[in-house]
Amino acid sequence: MIDVSTVVKVGIADLNVVQSPQRIRTSGLGSCVGVVLFDEAKHVAGMVHVMLPNSSLAREKTLNTAKYADTGIGELLLKVQALGARKYAIKAKIAGGAQMFAFTSANEMMRIGPRNVESVKEQLQRYRIPLVAEDCGGNSGRTIEFDPTTALLEIRTVNKGVSQI
Amino acid sequence: MYMDRFTSLHMDVLKEIGNIGAGNAATSLSQILNRKIEMKVPAVKIVSFDEMMDIVGGPERVLVAVFLRIEGDITGSMFFVLSPEEADRFVHRMTGDETFTFSTSQKNELAISAFQELGNIVSGSYLTSLSDFTRLNIQPSVPSVAVDMVGAILSIGLIELSQVSDYAIVVNTSLMDVEESEQEVKGHFFLLPDPNSFETIFTALGVIQDD
Repeated sequence: MIDVSTVVKVGIADLNVVQSPQRIRTSGLGSCVGVVLFDEAKHVAGMVHVMLPNSSLAREKTLNTAKYADTGIGELLLKVQALGARKYAIKAKIAGGAQMFAFTSANEMMRIGPRNVESVKEQLQRYRIPLVAEDCGGNSGRTIEFDPTTALLEIRTVNKGVSQI
Repeated sequence: MYMDRFTSLHMDVLKEIGNIGAGNAATSLSQILNRKIEMKVPAVKIVSFDEMMDIVGGPERVLVAVFLRIEGDITGSMFFVLSPEEADRFVHRMTGDETFTFSTSQKNELAISAFQELGNIVSGSYLTSLSDFTRLNIQPSVPSVAVDMVGAILSIGLIELSQVSDYAIVVNTSLMDVEESEQEVKGHFFLLPDPNSFETIFTALGVIQDD
């Protein structure tokens, strides 16, 4: 039994799926990217909070698939399909990938935001999922919430207020 | 080596680092602001990424942060975070400009520069004492200031270690202004060494590691 109008939270390097009237949100995206996969007609959606561009970076024993763009999107796709989304009808909206601090450091890791966005887009192409809306880059943190009933992604930032895509 | 092999001795060593580092930082902060700033006993915790954001009030809370990278014999990230109201008060005391506030998006270059300098001095004294204590070469990068959601800010410090683990070792020291009656917490230092640097720190301090 699904509780009416609850908001499911997705943590850092985490993923989850919802069905109307539930909504799904993740808070405080910086360089991380929030990826939403949804089937508008079925009112089903999933969200993954991607932290790193590629699982080839992993040096951990047990892989947290939700942490990486390549493994996270693949797993999310399976989960939304399991909840009733139809592969051909699935679309994507993404937000995040900011550069929070202006650094002149040679450290490639400081460019992690743009790299996450590039990698997410590559993965969406690989799975042939159309990207219908995005709000990426800049230097602001974002909190995002997706409503599968309306298929709208609400984006809140500290300086620019709330917008919907 | 990583946190599954940490003993209470390792945790105590990290706590001592937080103690010495933040103790010196609190002293230099007291001198800049001409107020008595004290610190709490440092807490060393192994936390999940989400728990780390909860330490400072949840991922959406807006804070002012000074961030710098540590380079040299060890690498890592360091943050000095404050509430916008407290950062305002610090800047007022430093510049004498009472009109400035971090709460608006309007940028005052002088005030931000003053706060950046404050961050530079306090984090510099933290790292200098860490360097003296361990005899390691530790060089801070130029600090950078951001006013934003905690989740967005602190996650930058997790990039390196997130490749190895889903948990972070946080050396967290809270500062208090003892001249105010409530003695509320004024700010936090977060030291986040990169995974490879723990071994260097422990070896430098002569802590035996078991294999």
